[in-house]
Amino acid sequence: MTVREAIEDLFADYAEAIDDGALERWPGFFTEDGEYQIITRESHDAGLPIGILYCGSRAMMEDRVRALRTANIYEPHSYRHLPGPPRLAVQGDGFVVRSNFCVFRIAQDGDTVTFATGRYLDRIVRDGDALRFRSRRVVLDSRRIDTLLVLPL
Amino acid sequence: MDIPVARDRASDLAWPQGGVTRVPFRVFADPAIYAEEQRRLFRGPIWNFLCLEVEILNPGDWRLASVGEVPVVVTRDEHGAIHAMVNRCAHKGALVCLQERGNAKSLTCVYHSWSYDLAGRLQSVAFRHGVRGKGGMPEDFDTAQHRLEPLRVEVFCGLVFGTFSDATVPVEDYLGTTMARMIRRNLGRPHRLLGMHSQIIHNNWKLYAENVRDSYHATLLHTFYTTFKVNRLDMDGGMLLSDDGRHSISYAKRGTLQQSEEYRNVHSAQYDSALAAPQFLDTWTEFDDGVTHCIQTIFPTLVVQLTLNSLAVRFFTPRGLDRTELFWIYLGYQDDNEQQTRQRLMQSNLTGAAGLVSLEDGCINEFVQRGTRGSEDRNAFLEMGGRDVASSDGSRATETGIRGFWQGYRELMGL
Repeated sequence: MTVREAIEDLFADYAEAIDDGALERWPGFFTEDGEYQIITRESHDAGLPIGILYCGSRAMMEDRVRALRTANIYEPHSYRHLPGPPRLAVQGDGFVVRSNFCVFRIAQDGDTVTFATGRYLDRIVRDGDALRFRSRRVVLDSRRIDTLLVLPL
Repeated sequence: MDIPVARDRASDLAWPQGGVTRVPFRVFADPAIYAEEQRRLFRGPIWNFLCLEVEILNPGDWRLASVGEVPVVVTRDEHGAIHAMVNRCAHKGALVCLQERGNAKSLTCVYHSWSYDLAGRLQSVAFRHGVRGKGGMPEDFDTAQHRLEPLRVEVFCGLVFGTFSDATVPVEDYLGTTMARMIRRNLGRPHRLLGMHSQIIHNNWKLYAENVRDSYHATLLHTFYTTFKVNRLDMDGGMLLSDDGRHSISYAKRGTLQQSEEYRNVHSAQYDSALAAPQFLDTWTEFDDGVTHCIQTIFPTLVVQLTLNSLAVRFFTPRGLDRTELFWIYLGYQDDNEQQTRQRLMQSNLTGAAGLVSLEDGCINEFVQRGTRGSEDRNAFLEMGGRDVASSDGSRATETGIRGFWQGYRELMGL
């Protein structure tokens, strides 16, 4: 398998885990010190540090999943991710990867909306026998979130 | 033939018995009341939050804003003075500034090139004297008679406010002593922008105005707080109101948590509280008054929060009868070090569209909007903490802040 194919597999697996509701698998796509951030394009372009959601470690991602399973209150819904093809470059011990995405949100009454579009800016490394995100930055095209954001993108 | 006479339906609403302890659901669903609010409230004797001063630091900077549904542009002129005017050309009414923010020496409408200075005064119009001696404006056309409709502007602690009314008292009087003191505490020294985003919530704007003054719900709906002992009603805290009841401060002191009997049976307090990464809630003491959590509302649509070390300004704008845009602006102080900025980043997880203790507010007000459909003749019941509008020092199990909002609303709306 080429690196590109392996990264495409990682993207597909990541989307499957979230879209199938297997959110407990989500932190496992990151290295232990992995970073995950959702930020608007406006703030990203302005170099501002605060976005919409930030996890500075796999443990913080686990807390997010436990919070959304047991503490947070919202109407049931699911996502459908359409990840785009990656463009990659080698950097240090890993890869810098950019790709587009589109996420639909499906509400329990069937209402389906384009919830988010944007790009993933990733740093991907070999971690043991797998490729994992050292960082995944989700840059949203829009500054607006419809209703709320609780499931990761 | 009888010609139907347009009636002012906002004023035919008879407020129910019980005064501010009852709210007719019709006020969240009636287009006539919504239209009346645009005139009587947003254009009335109140201060509307427009933007932060740090967003328009340089001469020529502009930023778009809204007052109710009215589009507004806020500028800083070449002398450093801040102006606000309706973003509507004096000619045909088109938007003048199109980008959310920008910098320019003058503002020109794209439709017919009417051009204004940064204070909104008309400077020139295209083809004023016609083309090749034909056409043009009448001889008596006077640019001084046309301008962008101005708002009166005041800046307080970096917050830029605007009003359409000559009757509005100065901002500090509008806020009152208690409110002005808390804003000075939180925003009285140089701050900087750390990030912003917004959220569309599918409810009338007043449901969010209630929600953010509702210290009763905070620990019941937002179970993350209770669980991780960030903020519970049995911590020292209270609800302070301005003398007119319109503005409020809900505050808590994290260091004073005691176990109380009443919490034993509350679902949200029983959730296993161990975090895998509790460091994100680590705080440093910024103020020596012991207050670790305060949500301050300024009538009608501004909120200033300092939750642990997360400093933010929120404001909300009606985008239709049952559609509201809620903006989150995260701030730090200019002298913050790297570690402090990082801690503010960590704690920004608490609030915003994905906030661990705020994301529920994105849907709860919609639940009220949907739940009250077809019940416009029924009322909400607001008697927690009594029936009056007064500060509740020592307890946040109260709806006094919401009653205060309705007191101000009714005065302005004549309802």
